[in-house]
Amino acid sequence: MTQYLIRRLLLAIPSLLGISVILFTVLALAPGDPFEELATNPAVPPEVRLQLRASLGLDDPIHVRYLAWLTAMLRGEWGFSFVSRVDVDQLILQRLPTTLIVIGSSQIVALMIALPVGILAATRPYSTFDKIANTLAFVGFSLPTFFTGLLFILFFSIYLDWLPFVYRTRIEATGLAWFWEHVKQTIMPVMVLGLFQGAAWTRFVRSAVLDVIRLDYVTTARAKGLHERVVITKHVVRNAMIPVVTLVALQMPIVFGGAIVTEQIFRVPGIGSLLISAILANDTPVIMAVTFVFACLVVFFNLVADILYGWLDPRISYR
Amino acid sequence: MREDQLRELIGRVRRGSLSRRGFIRRMAAVGFTAPMCTQLLALYGISPASAQSVPPYRPSRRGGGQLKILYWQAPTLLNPHFATGTKDQDASRVFYEPLAGWAADGTLHPVLAAEIPTVDNKGLAEDGRSVTWKLKRGVKWHDGQEFTADDVVFNWEYARNPAVAAVTSGSYRDVNVVKVDDYTVRVEFPRPTPFWADAFVAATGQLIPKHLFQDFAGANSRDAPTNLRPVGTGAYRFVSFAPGDTVRAEANPNYHLPNRPFFDQLEIKGGGDAVSAARAVLQTGDFDFAWNLQVDDETLRRLEGAGRGRVNIVEGGNIEHIQLNATDPNREVDGERSHISTQHPAFRDPAVRQAMALLLDRASIQEFIYGRTGPATPNFLNAPPRFRSPNLRMEFNVDRANQILDQAGWARGRDGIRQKDGARLRFVFQTSVNAPRQRTQQIYQQAARRAGIEIEIKSVVASVFFSSDIANPDTYGKFYADMQMYTTTMPQADPGRFMNQFVSWEIAQKANNWSGRNIVRWRNEEYDRIYREAEQELDPVKRAALFIRMNDLIVSSNHIIPVVQRPLVSGSAINLRPVLSGWDITLWLLSDWYREI
Repeated sequence: MTQYLIRRLLLAIPSLLGISVILFTVLALAPGDPFEELATNPAVPPEVRLQLRASLGLDDPIHVRYLAWLTAMLRGEWGFSFVSRVDVDQLILQRLPTTLIVIGSSQIVALMIALPVGILAATRPYSTFDKIANTLAFVGFSLPTFFTGLLFILFFSIYLDWLPFVYRTRIEATGLAWFWEHVKQTIMPVMVLGLFQGAAWTRFVRSAVLDVIRLDYVTTARAKGLHERVVITKHVVRNAMIPVVTLVALQMPIVFGGAIVTEQIFRVPGIGSLLISAILANDTPVIMAVTFVFACLVVFFNLVADILYGWLDPRISYR
Repeated sequence: MREDQLRELIGRVRRGSLSRRGFIRRMAAVGFTAPMCTQLLALYGISPASAQSVPPYRPSRRGGGQLKILYWQAPTLLNPHFATGTKDQDASRVFYEPLAGWAADGTLHPVLAAEIPTVDNKGLAEDGRSVTWKLKRGVKWHDGQEFTADDVVFNWEYARNPAVAAVTSGSYRDVNVVKVDDYTVRVEFPRPTPFWADAFVAATGQLIPKHLFQDFAGANSRDAPTNLRPVGTGAYRFVSFAPGDTVRAEANPNYHLPNRPFFDQLEIKGGGDAVSAARAVLQTGDFDFAWNLQVDDETLRRLEGAGRGRVNIVEGGNIEHIQLNATDPNREVDGERSHISTQHPAFRDPAVRQAMALLLDRASIQEFIYGRTGPATPNFLNAPPRFRSPNLRMEFNVDRANQILDQAGWARGRDGIRQKDGARLRFVFQTSVNAPRQRTQQIYQQAARRAGIEIEIKSVVASVFFSSDIANPDTYGKFYADMQMYTTTMPQADPGRFMNQFVSWEIAQKANNWSGRNIVRWRNEEYDRIYREAEQELDPVKRAALFIRMNDLIVSSNHIIPVVQRPLVSGSAINLRPVLSGWDITLWLLSDWYREI
């Protein structure tokens, strides 16, 4: 097991290097300029822009810039934002709590919908419950989040005037009132994301459970006279979870990456909105840091998924 | 009306032999607008008894609760010398103040200055080579230190230092600043300078404290902790800042003006888009003020119908215009297209340019696209009113365009497109991706087709179009197209820096990495000469006449076709009284904002 882990971690290094090279090249080749606003402002002399470019090393050739970035990264320096003139890690850390709360709870909502509904639908295939669940799931993942987001805003904020649609990190109230305000402003983005994700997962859980439930050993368990609940929870679900775990584990980096569109609609100051504003402003160090951390998390959670398999299915061994 | 006649009339008003009203009536008869007359008089020290460039501040006490402002672009830093856009300048302006700001009518309003320098109070030197600012006494930084002339001098040293790479350096590098005493500074110019109110004024004039920045006034400027935790003299002091998200501030109890500020807390939330920002202020009332609402007028009117907020439209000098390339974008010389040695095969004929101007239906563009947010105009230089030319008219006339082209020998080919000597009237018309711009392109395209001119529409993503990326052929600076359209901003109430975009030494080309301001690449000796003259001209009336002449020259060349003015549009809660100006940043007088109860 330890050997397996070490081998997997070593294998991750070249892939991460490869990812970073590709990311860096693509960003360097992409059109745009972080000091574009200075260029259109007649009050700013062009030399200032050239000086800024030079001082941030933007005029160096790509490979020099890449090596500089890589050595800094190895030393734990994530880079320096062109736009905010602060260290990138500071920017990311500032936004991490909000992202974790909003996206994390939306993933929990999604799981809490997908697991029970999916399993229940699979145990009674083609029943009325299954049909309703299926239809709603289709509707759920056919509607893009920007659409449901706007729909929610129109209905709950503008028509009913119940919920605010601008997310504010600092709320002046304390105690219960503070908590309530937070719930009120988080509930819309969380539900938008959670329902979308939950709908997709419901379909997935249902088909995974259906695959297992027809197998002979389930019939045997039933024939043994085991209670139906025991059959489902102990025998069916545990085996059906293997593909679901992969899917969920691979989704986990998204919790970090945020949800770009939804964050933009509700003005949630998460990593997703950091990424999109960095892209719009051509703030390469920030884009680089966020996407690279994202890549690391994907690689890491792949590993986690592989390890979870072994726990779910002891027949899988690590060599 | 000639200049000497004008001068004589002003002299009569001053002596009292002609009333102000009589003066304005006579001027109106020859086409000058009333605001222009008032400003001409004001320049000579003749102002009406009740002249108020800033609306009166009414509250008699503080304690106005919270003020919530929404910016759909989020502020990313809080040092005015590093501000990359107006969002950063505005966020810095909450904490930092300049010596003076520009009011809505284009006049100066003192902030940290005790008074506005004039020739009469000996602030302005007669020869135009220096200006002396008297500072307000008893002003304290938020940490309790006294604000003095040393701070002002320090800002000059800081901004002009190339190692700091301050974006404000343009205002400071060519002047010399001398401390006269603890509360007086003198700004000295290398030559007579009619526009003296640049250093220490408005957005680029915001003053940072010497005692907190003096250790970071070089290459280490980016390490200053106060870049993100400002300590200024402003009406509000710092509470917290999350770059790209929220700025929070609270009332400064020791502010140097009585009863100000009105609000206890201030929050500037950033991000999102303009339409939902308009909605949050005008329709749901979640926020009190929304900045720069680039939303079509129809939507704004509908949201205003909710009765919770209103739209503020403030005139400035920003102008949406079309450029007809003076050079040939399809011929490469020394690895550079639109090279200055070439001539555009079609636009070198004045008849074609005149026809192009006649084919632009500005009235419809205003009516159907921009509404209140874009009044059509025949002038490139529209404001302040004293610089607006009364001489030009705008006309939409397809028949006349056809006639002119026929007379000039541009005959329709078999495909209906006119041509002459191998040159066809087929133009690539580029602009940035932006709904109103694409609709304007279509209106223009349809009208041109009726005159036998084929316009090929091209739109480039704004982040590419407005970039200074030298490797990209699609930037507006390279102008590798026959025509293009965008808005030029006018950040100051003085047109000196605005009108330099048509002088020959500013031509954008490879040699200056296309950073020159003359993008249309038009050259005119008379323009160059009168621009130089205006740079030295100290007499305000003469100077205004020179700028009007420059506007007439470039616009009647038809290389530049003005489309609409772009006033600043913002939304505010119905009971909020913001003080806005088109010549300064949005929060230029935040200290005077209040809510009517």
